[in-house]
Amino acid sequence: MARIDLVDLAHSYGGNAAPPESFALKPVTMTWRQGGAYALLGPSGCGKTTLLNLISGIVTPSRGKILFNGKDITPLSTQKRNIAQVFQFPVIYDTMTVGQNLAFPLNNRGVPKAEVEARVRQIADLLDLTPYLKRKATRLTADAKQKISLGRGLVRSDVAAVLFDEPLTVIDPELKWQLRSKLKALHRELDLTMIYVTHDQTEALTFADTVVVMHDGRVVQSGTPAELFDKPAHTFVGYFIGSPGMNIVPAEVSGREARIDGHVISLRRNYGVLPAGKKIEIGVRPEFVDVSPPTPGLLSATIERIDDLGRIQFARVRVGDAKFAARVPPGFTASGNSAGLIFDPAHVHVYADSHLVEGGA
Amino acid sequence: MDKIVNQKAWFLVLPVFLVVAFSAILPLMTVVNYSMQDTFGNNQFFWNGVGWFKELLDPSTDLGGRFLASLGRNLLFSAIILTIQVPLGIVVALSMPREGWSVAACLVILALPLLIPWNVVGTIWQIFGRPDIGLLGYTLNSLGIDYNYVSNDFDAWVTVIVMDVWHWTSLVALLCYAGLKSIPDAYYQAAQIDGASRWAVFRAIQLPKMNRVLLIAVLLRFMDSFMIYTEPFVVTGGGPGNSTTFVSIELVKIALGQFDLGKAAALSLVYNLIILIVCWVFYTVMTNAGAERKAAPESEAALEPKPAAGLKPVGVLKPKEGVA
Amino acid sequence: MHSIPGRRVIMALFLIFLLLPIYWLVNMSFKTNSEIVSTMTLWPHTPTLQHYRRIFTDESWYSGYINSLEYVVLNTVISISVALPAAYAFSRYRFLGDKHLFFWLLSNRMAPAAVYALPFFNLYSAIGLFDTPWAVALAHCIFNVPLAVWILEGFVSGVPREIDETAFLDGYSFPRFFIKILVPLIASGIGVAAFFCFMFSWVELLLARTLTSVQAKPIAAIMTRTVSAAGMDWGLLAAAGVLTIIPGALVIWFVRNYIARGFALGRV
Repeated sequence: MARIDLVDLAHSYGGNAAPPESFALKPVTMTWRQGGAYALLGPSGCGKTTLLNLISGIVTPSRGKILFNGKDITPLSTQKRNIAQVFQFPVIYDTMTVGQNLAFPLNNRGVPKAEVEARVRQIADLLDLTPYLKRKATRLTADAKQKISLGRGLVRSDVAAVLFDEPLTVIDPELKWQLRSKLKALHRELDLTMIYVTHDQTEALTFADTVVVMHDGRVVQSGTPAELFDKPAHTFVGYFIGSPGMNIVPAEVSGREARIDGHVISLRRNYGVLPAGKKIEIGVRPEFVDVSPPTPGLLSATIERIDDLGRIQFARVRVGDAKFAARVPPGFTASGNSAGLIFDPAHVHVYADSHLVEGGA
Repeated sequence: MDKIVNQKAWFLVLPVFLVVAFSAILPLMTVVNYSMQDTFGNNQFFWNGVGWFKELLDPSTDLGGRFLASLGRNLLFSAIILTIQVPLGIVVALSMPREGWSVAACLVILALPLLIPWNVVGTIWQIFGRPDIGLLGYTLNSLGIDYNYVSNDFDAWVTVIVMDVWHWTSLVALLCYAGLKSIPDAYYQAAQIDGASRWAVFRAIQLPKMNRVLLIAVLLRFMDSFMIYTEPFVVTGGGPGNSTTFVSIELVKIALGQFDLGKAAALSLVYNLIILIVCWVFYTVMTNAGAERKAAPESEAALEPKPAAGLKPVGVLKPKEGVA
Repeated sequence: MHSIPGRRVIMALFLIFLLLPIYWLVNMSFKTNSEIVSTMTLWPHTPTLQHYRRIFTDESWYSGYINSLEYVVLNTVISISVALPAAYAFSRYRFLGDKHLFFWLLSNRMAPAAVYALPFFNLYSAIGLFDTPWAVALAHCIFNVPLAVWILEGFVSGVPREIDETAFLDGYSFPRFFIKILVPLIASGIGVAAFFCFMFSWVELLLARTLTSVQAKPIAAIMTRTVSAAGMDWGLLAAAGVLTIIPGALVIWFVRNYIARGFALGRV
């Protein structure tokens, strides 16, 4: 059980002398509270696994410190850090039974036999593994194996944090949901700090109470799922989270107005005069743009196609050169290809060089 | 994936069948034929039924005595070879460097003895062990150890065994190394997190993962050592006396030395039968192990060759982790 | 975690153990016979190339190498070319008697060469192949063909079956698919199989010696000639031995990056 502090932590596989731009993880400072459920989210190669391996001690950082409960553990070996880790592919000890697998970490640490037995029983109950305790672990399905790997971490009473490295990759889709809810329940029950690496936004958003979005070795935003959705701090977050992703279009912004293709969209906040020389864009989620029959005064667009996602329909439209995704409100019937777009000013954000610009009142 | 039933596949197998049948079935029929006959030379043969086989298994006859004695020597030899080479091979495999040029260097040197013609292996040790001109024999004798593989039974055995260890331990080591290489890093990391000692890592991860290759190594080594001919023949010629006369050496003596075709053929058949039985057990165990691997999809990919480049199966498995 | 304490020392000792006898052979091949017999020297004090010169100039010596290489190459080509279609069949199809056939093939790999020496002698004499490279090449097929089938089957199984199906849908005939698509895909497998065929054919002597007398005698058999009335010609024997190690060493050097992988198939 621990609070985790990352202090100016950075890593390069090419060593400290490598140019800063080539670092797999660029310097990051942040605090993760004890008992929190965190997800590190980003595409392959964004540095999330590197960050996880730094915390578990598999990789030693080129720079910076990691603190567990204020104590610097950077020089400690994996063994001494008291963390548990579940890998992408289930790691189980082939020759052992499920029970022996669960007891392995305790036996290695010389825990008395009776205590080992009690602990194993308790964890097996928690993970619904009790019926399999005497079975050979090799014969089980992938999701049961992942539960065993998790169990080997949980069985130790002193784990500081549980790390997950894309643990659901090899699990069948229908079981993924089950296992995810199990993790969530365990998290509530055990009050453990959990860190979950994934490239799947659904996994991240359903599992974590804080999602850390990473891109190109940098943490671009850390916040609750709602924050990431409502107010992406970076165009990458807007684009990566949500399906379809945020609409991001070049625009001219001054004061409370944004101008796209000669048409004026009003904004909720006042942006004054933005610094020149930066790439100015506005971002708005498709959920907050509605298509309507063409009406004077609305931004006019051409509908290219309509995607039916079941509960909701999105129209793919074109405005000049820019492409938009927009919600199709119930009852809307297209008349030809042309349509107008209605923006919800509260949800239109302004980005300068991809970073969110906070407007004034 | 299930295989398709297709009898036309026989056409594809036909060339192999013909080549091997030509080399195996025809000679084998000759052997069976000879084994039931006696000859006094001049290509005159007499029907002898199962006479040779009876004699072969009766230690009181000349043939039976020689066969059973050589069989006993051969089994002892195989047992010694296995007890030395398997643990040594594992230790050598575990001692392989991790990366860099030294890996290739070690592999090349390890593989070297395997590619030396068997009689040259014999020649190398024949020279190396001689008390007059060989480094080993000379050194031992100048240390006051009376070593001479030509006149002393024990020394001859030691020489033949050390030679075989020299010749074949690399095979065991290379097989084990291949087994070790197929263990994904995550296993070592997990073991580290679980606080496993070095020995626990060996017992819980490395040994189980080497299971299959070790089985292959043991059986290959058993069979090859059971068939050994050339190397001891060159070094000791089966001597001193008959002390290093193994079954193959006895067989060649009878067949090509004395041209006692009937006896040799009967001996061949029994000899072959023993090996065939071991081979069958081996094959059954292997196939069962294979079936078990199918039941455990996680480890299935471990020993299968990776698909050729550019053909990675589309799916969630990244190729690197695919060998989990 | 991968390796054990003291691994450098263990490895070094083992490599020395492997190299020392070979060094001794090389050492002797550069000594004069009088130096070999008279004194114990750790390196040649009067180095000479006379033994090598003799081997390279005397036809009865160097023809032995040519004979050996001839049947080894012949055997490798035959083994691979008949094993390829069979490997494909075993990998893709089930057919009557497939498992028994596979076992029967493998059992031949395990058969002691000594058993076959005499019948082969009779067989090849009868069909007039005795004392030709063909006799040895065909005889070695008995253990190399099963081995090649076994190795190649593993590699063919590694090629997804979708590739075959796509090719046939694209209108490839079977032979064209085989040569244009399958063979390039399993090229490394063919390399591994060829390496092992070469290796086992090169090191085998009993059959090679039995099936040849003058014309096709392999170098390994010629070496026994160094025993003459004047005693052993140790230097010549050593030089001939060194020269038999070189082809193997060259082959290993070329395939060094594939050795571990070939063994990884566990199919030797």
